[in-house]
Amino acid sequence: MSQQLLAVEGVSKGFPGVQALRDVHVDLNAGEVHAVVGENGAGKSTLMKIVAGIYKPDTGTIRLGGETVEIPGPLAAQHLGISIIHQELMLMPHLTIAENIYIGREKRRGPFIDDKDLNRRAGELFEHLGISLDPRTKVGNLVVAQQQVVEIAKALSFNARVLIMDEPTAALTASETDALFAMIRDLKERGTGILYISHRMEELKKISDRITVLRDGEYVGTVDTADTELRHVISMMVGRQIQGEVRPDVEPGERETVLEVRGLSTKTLLEDVSFELRRGEILGFAGLMGAGRTEVARAICGADPIASGEIIVHGAPATIHNPADAARLGIGYLSEDRKRYGLMLDQDVNLNILISSLSDYTNVVGMVRDELGRETSRRYVGSMKIKTPSIRQRTKNLSGGNQQKIVISKWLAKDCDILIFDEPTRGIDVGAKEEIYALLESLAREGKAIMMISSELPEILRMSHRVVVMSEGRVTGILDNAEADQETIMEYATRAHTQGGIEV
Amino acid sequence: MTKVGDTKAAPAPPAESPTRSVFRQRLQQLLTFGSLVALMVFFSLANPNFLTWSNISGILLSTAVIGILALGTTYVIITGGIDLSIGTGMTLASVVTAVLLVNWGWPLGLGVAGGIGFGALMGFVNGFNVAVLRIPPFIATLAMMLIAQGLALVISGAAPIYFTSIPAFGQISRGSLVPGLRLPNAVLILFLLTAVAAVILAKSVLGRYTFAIGSNEEATSLSGINVRRWKIAIYTLAGAFTGVAGVVLAARLNSAQPALGLGYELQAIAAVVIGGTSLQGGRGSMTGSIVGALIMGVLVNGLRIMSIPQEWQTVVVGVVILVAVYTDILRRGKEG
Repeated sequence: MSQQLLAVEGVSKGFPGVQALRDVHVDLNAGEVHAVVGENGAGKSTLMKIVAGIYKPDTGTIRLGGETVEIPGPLAAQHLGISIIHQELMLMPHLTIAENIYIGREKRRGPFIDDKDLNRRAGELFEHLGISLDPRTKVGNLVVAQQQVVEIAKALSFNARVLIMDEPTAALTASETDALFAMIRDLKERGTGILYISHRMEELKKISDRITVLRDGEYVGTVDTADTELRHVISMMVGRQIQGEVRPDVEPGERETVLEVRGLSTKTLLEDVSFELRRGEILGFAGLMGAGRTEVARAICGADPIASGEIIVHGAPATIHNPADAARLGIGYLSEDRKRYGLMLDQDVNLNILISSLSDYTNVVGMVRDELGRETSRRYVGSMKIKTPSIRQRTKNLSGGNQQKIVISKWLAKDCDILIFDEPTRGIDVGAKEEIYALLESLAREGKAIMMISSELPEILRMSHRVVVMSEGRVTGILDNAEADQETIMEYATRAHTQGGIEV
Repeated sequence: MTKVGDTKAAPAPPAESPTRSVFRQRLQQLLTFGSLVALMVFFSLANPNFLTWSNISGILLSTAVIGILALGTTYVIITGGIDLSIGTGMTLASVVTAVLLVNWGWPLGLGVAGGIGFGALMGFVNGFNVAVLRIPPFIATLAMMLIAQGLALVISGAAPIYFTSIPAFGQISRGSLVPGLRLPNAVLILFLLTAVAAVILAKSVLGRYTFAIGSNEEATSLSGINVRRWKIAIYTLAGAFTGVAGVVLAARLNSAQPALGLGYELQAIAAVVIGGTSLQGGRGSMTGSIVGALIMGVLVNGLRIMSIPQEWQTVVVGVVILVAVYTDILRRGKEG
């Protein structure tokens, strides 16, 4: 093994009411990618924030290059050569790449910023890293993957020896992920040590050297990636065995079509999108980032305007101008970004479940019959197994999986029979994923028609009866589950692509 | 990541149990109320004249108008919006009431209803501008503030209109409906409206949507709620409160004063903020707003009794707003 860069020993951290970390240790060698995994709430992010100086540990020591260090704040961490790339990118979209990288460290001429010097330094940095982006571009004009590259460059501009990456591939397509991995390998060769958090198991096999597992704030174990089965890592994470890949039972016979989309186009992206969604079916939507899957969902539920095309619900052409129209027709949309588009985080579980169906719980003068509503909420909390101390709990205090169940409950309470799931398991930990899958399956069995957008191919294959593949705003293929596999789907998903991925 | 305790919590108990967050919210209201009581204790110790019935009823009377404005604007602020037009809007509503009653000779009830209805109409226009034209609330209501200010002067010919010919009108504020109780009607109206506003906010569909829109407008819209329509309804309701305030003020002064009103909106907003309603939206309460208005009323009155010059009274109110909002930030910071 090569030289040890970083050693975290016996670290504990408590927050009011929660012990986030208990006597955790992890170490990192130069030129190594060390993955830290665990379910949501396992303490990964807390640990990373301690290393990056954002939190102070209650107990424990951090050694850097053999010497015990105090890390009083993020700036101190950067000076020590520790940089963190957050899951949510922290760039200012209205500033240029160079301005973002060197913010607070600009060379000044009196009160003015020396822009030439800024761009020159950024250019040299990019050359050194082999990045082909123009430092003068505004960050807001970059795609997410390019922004990520900027974040990494920014981290390295501090001469970081230790780089912390929190779910760097969460928003990336396959080819973008490959480009990122190439960059990570390059960094490894230069001796940078990388602490890497990810929910995507397949990724760890590709990129990591060692994997440390945390569970409920405690250290479970560290394994060498090369001689470990991923299933073993997953069972370390959840503390139980997880069943292997399954595929849905494809039932023969024609079912009634509940939703039909014909020639749907929008001004910005979609072109002539047509498909049918049947009762009791899970229809998967696969494609690369930007293929237009979310746009189809938003157009159907009235969130974005339609340029042309027809939406036929239960055999009758429907006019949908806004989400209220869609909800009346029984169409519920569950966004990939629950926190932004799905929930009122400051409000309690009760209101979040009832929001769409509130008018069903009113008396003659428009007052809400609270007891009746709460009964419904409690029923869903019970049947969906939503883990919350009470229906009065604020939703922001619940985990991603439980939040997702609240959004599902909202649409079930509204009696929706067409449910559009956009990335139903994004940001949800492995154990809760299984629960969401089981829930989707039982909803389909009950006769709900489900459109499921997912960027994870194993998820698409495991859940969908049929798969619609999109590319650049068009439907390039509709496959039966039996004929679908990862390679076929990727082939359709990359059709008509003149250029794949991004330049890095 | 710091929410392990919540995610691993036991399944929900079947019955409602008061959770900590609910308790905290109560605590927040108690704190505001506690500061009001503390202020009153302080002033009554400082000057024995403070705690007399006539002084207290005077405070209540002077709080009535700001209080009613605060009630209406609480809805708007909980949606995450702001209404700057309530001060001059109130003035315009009182001028319109005067024109209807004095110049046009409408019957009392109809004229008063007309004034309140005119307030609602201004609210409707604000709501339309904000929800449909998507003009930011600050700008839309700033424009309405100026429009109302100008119209009030135009309609009245820049001169006060007196209600001397209609003695019954003044009774709306200055009369005393309950004979034994030496409280002017304006105060009773304030109490009554507080109850009505609180019930609407806590129990009605409109109240729920007010909180929902303030917490996350897009999520509310995607939940199938016609956010535009409800926002218009909320601004209209707020406008109706403005109309009532206009009538109550005119009745108290026995005249419509077209030059008055500017600055009332900021006092009302200050009362709402002191009462713990978040300018970010999503949180707030009517009782808080009323207690906030009372805190301001008590402060001004108490300082005056202690012979503190008016200039300094204003400074103190400013400091109180900073302290109130900062303690609120501290409290929320702890909630995480």
